[in-house]
Amino acid sequence: MTSIRFLVNGTPAEVEVPGMRRLLDVLREDLGLTGTKEGCGEGECGACSVLLDGQVVDSCLVPMCQVDGRIVRTVEGLALAAREHGTLDSLQQAFLELGAAQCGICTPGMLMAARAYLDAGGGPDSDAIREGIAGNLCRCTGYQKIVEAIATVAAGEMA
Amino acid sequence: MTTRTLPRPVVAPERSAADALVATPGLATRGRARGYPLRREGPAKLTGAAMYADDLVFPGAWYGATIRSTEPRARLVAIELDPDVDWSKVVVVTAADIPGENLVSAIKEDQPVLVPVGGEIRHHAEPVALLAAADRATIRQLKRRIRLVTEALPPNFDPERSDHVFAEYEVVNGDLDAGFAAAAHVVEGEYRVGHQEQLYIENNAMIAVPSEDGGMAVHGSLQCPYYVHKALKKSLGLTSDQARVVQAETGGGFGGKEEYPSIIALHAALLARKAGRPVRMIYDRHEDIAATTKRHPAIVRHRTAVAADGTLLAQDIEIVMDGGAYCTLTPVVLSRGALHSGGPYRCPNVRIRARATRTNTPPNGAFRGFGAPQVEFAAETHLNRIAERLAISPAEIRRRNAYELGDVTPTGQVLRESVAAQDVLRLAVEAGDFERLRAATARGAAERRDSVEGRPGPYRSGAARSASGIGLAMGWHGAGFTGSGEVHIGSVASVELTGEGQIRVLIGSTEMGQGTTTIFPLLVSGELGLPVEAVEMAPVDTALVPDSGPTVASRTAMVVGGLCIAAARRLRAEVESRHDGRPFAEVFLADAASNGPTRIDQTFEPYPGIEFDDATYRGDAYPAFGWAACVATVDVDLDTGEVAVRDVIAVDDVGHVIHPILCEGQVEGGTLQAVGYATIEEIKLDDGRYLNDRLATYLIPTALDAPRLTTILVEAPFSGAPHGAKGVGELPMDVGAPAVVAAIHDAVGAWITELPATPERILAAITAIDAGADPA
Repeated sequence: MTSIRFLVNGTPAEVEVPGMRRLLDVLREDLGLTGTKEGCGEGECGACSVLLDGQVVDSCLVPMCQVDGRIVRTVEGLALAAREHGTLDSLQQAFLELGAAQCGICTPGMLMAARAYLDAGGGPDSDAIREGIAGNLCRCTGYQKIVEAIATVAAGEMA
Repeated sequence: MTTRTLPRPVVAPERSAADALVATPGLATRGRARGYPLRREGPAKLTGAAMYADDLVFPGAWYGATIRSTEPRARLVAIELDPDVDWSKVVVVTAADIPGENLVSAIKEDQPVLVPVGGEIRHHAEPVALLAAADRATIRQLKRRIRLVTEALPPNFDPERSDHVFAEYEVVNGDLDAGFAAAAHVVEGEYRVGHQEQLYIENNAMIAVPSEDGGMAVHGSLQCPYYVHKALKKSLGLTSDQARVVQAETGGGFGGKEEYPSIIALHAALLARKAGRPVRMIYDRHEDIAATTKRHPAIVRHRTAVAADGTLLAQDIEIVMDGGAYCTLTPVVLSRGALHSGGPYRCPNVRIRARATRTNTPPNGAFRGFGAPQVEFAAETHLNRIAERLAISPAEIRRRNAYELGDVTPTGQVLRESVAAQDVLRLAVEAGDFERLRAATARGAAERRDSVEGRPGPYRSGAARSASGIGLAMGWHGAGFTGSGEVHIGSVASVELTGEGQIRVLIGSTEMGQGTTTIFPLLVSGELGLPVEAVEMAPVDTALVPDSGPTVASRTAMVVGGLCIAAARRLRAEVESRHDGRPFAEVFLADAASNGPTRIDQTFEPYPGIEFDDATYRGDAYPAFGWAACVATVDVDLDTGEVAVRDVIAVDDVGHVIHPILCEGQVEGGTLQAVGYATIEEIKLDDGRYLNDRLATYLIPTALDAPRLTTILVEAPFSGAPHGAKGVGELPMDVGAPAVVAAIHDAVGAWITELPATPERILAAITAIDAGADPA
């Protein structure tokens, strides 16, 4: 057991866990942040994507020993604005209005990948957006409306 | 993308001047989905608040696991528990623990819940015993200490050599011999398709919670709550009230959560019953792919008589489907396959022979399209080959043969209304600029042939290293259940005005991403003259909602939607009659306060004039058909055989567009699944076991693999449904694969007759042409 301290969605967290416990399990089971999903457990589907110091990672592949002292952001962190103001952030709103979420199971991970893309200065070019979300599988949408939603935000049209 | 705004209440669709059938687009508006209501459960999904099965917490719950066969066929002699293990701290369940019947409720009921000692193991992933423990580490440790003693039996993996037939149909119309006698050309072909995994991103998951009165509640990821309910009653010996099924938020289904959830629910419930506490049965991806159902592999053989001008004179079609180890839904899948196998074309003389047999692989089951994608890939590819043989355009041969009003199908069904085959064809050909681009790719091919660099081998350079192609396919999809299915099921949907003045829709139809919880309030509020927010959806819980039939067969919007509209109309009439005919919107609150709740239960009634004889396979196989056409463009790398699908234009006639964004979403998602089916999705088998049973090895398209998708929605309404809807879920899945394969042929000159069109198959085909073989 190791004591690991990190920041999750702006709040300090401290857990006593084996160093190789997956970040995904700590988020879902120890911290009750079930917005992050498990789709394959081997880094192929991206459903468990979170931001680690602003970089998008598959939380099923991140052992807790690598999280000490770092900043984690999950879909619940994107939604902080929603909880405080009763609205969604611009990316979530674009997904909602343009139909980019269907069954919703890939959505939290997809949103985090999109957030990382936008935060890195990504623009509305659809090829670049597709590259940015290539690690996140969606089986419902054909990606068309996801790309459109991200492009709309990147173009500043959801402000 | 083309759609139109919905007039409310639902009336005959408005038509734009440009094209009488094309739905016109809604307008972009902030806070709305192109003028329509936002996805109702969208905010919960987008904030991480939506609760899927694995997100649900039940205090004291244990983890469950399944001990499976590792042989394709064997006699189970004994189940041995390691005597060195203290088994008192865990729960082990075998067939001996099943209080009711050891059969999973289904069509033929041949599949055991768990293989009993002395019984026959029939596939590699067959459940034999169950284990539950307080933590996952114990499960991992003890799973290995349960040993299955077996005697191997000879397996069969060839559906054509199987001695056990699950189902067999023959559809005959006209005089086959006369058709062939009159033929200018006879074209034969054999087409093969393999397994396809549904690959919903949420794995199967069920949690069983025992109650003190001996009942059992099951919460899980599922499409058909009443299938699971029936299975619980049968195998656990429960009454209707004791068995309760609650749908959690469901992360995709595509048919894959139609019947397998019954097995998982039974397993979780058997463990929970013995453990006396909740048990979580959550599959990981590996187990989900290894054990659950896939799309049926099929072999389809065509022999077709054609007149000199391309008119179809006779079709002789043979279909063999691989059912896998148990019957599941195979007879119905095969039936739909047989009925769609000729394609959307008029042909006076037809014989369709279809059979599905047992093999020793995990059972195959429902997957979007349900037998139609297999046979329509064959029919369309075959027709494209006929067009090539006759040197006429793929668009022209379809124009000559596509169904029109008044035509008769192989079951003798007269197409009396809602026939948009020619319309979707014309729209796709126009929107895809098909003839012009096809001429351009032909010029490209000619230039490649003439250039030195165009020769095969590793020495290509520049533009000649890749080839572009364009392909066209059409399809049809029978709306709702096949034959008399809907009449037999007798679905119920309810609309209630509660005593508190709330409007509540009670249906057993599930939301799994397609938009059920968004479209029903839209349909009902339109009928009642209320804002959509005034209508709430009851949770899908068998303790609350009626059996509206399974959420399958693209029937929810069409059939259950129709029932809800009818129920809302009755509710409106009843309430208004109590208030001197004043509008419902003005009086419903006062009515609720004075009269208390009013609930309308609407039961399905046969569509007028629609009759089918299940014994002879004559009559109206479907109340109506949806029609689709698809144009795909591809680039093929001539060195590697890799295919990049660039653009797909999908034109789909859905009868009536209830919500344009959700409807487009269905077309786009279904089209990409078809592109995956055509190009990369493949299950490799060894000794009846899936070799690539994980996401690292079973590939589905990423955003980079996906083409640009353009959707054109067409509305040729079906009069039997009050809103005219014919369903949308499956139709796009039928047409994408043959369009892509036609585009590959246009690029490289080779017909890929076995899906998927992998780089290996494409390279082999190119090499064969270079060596002088017949390209077909």
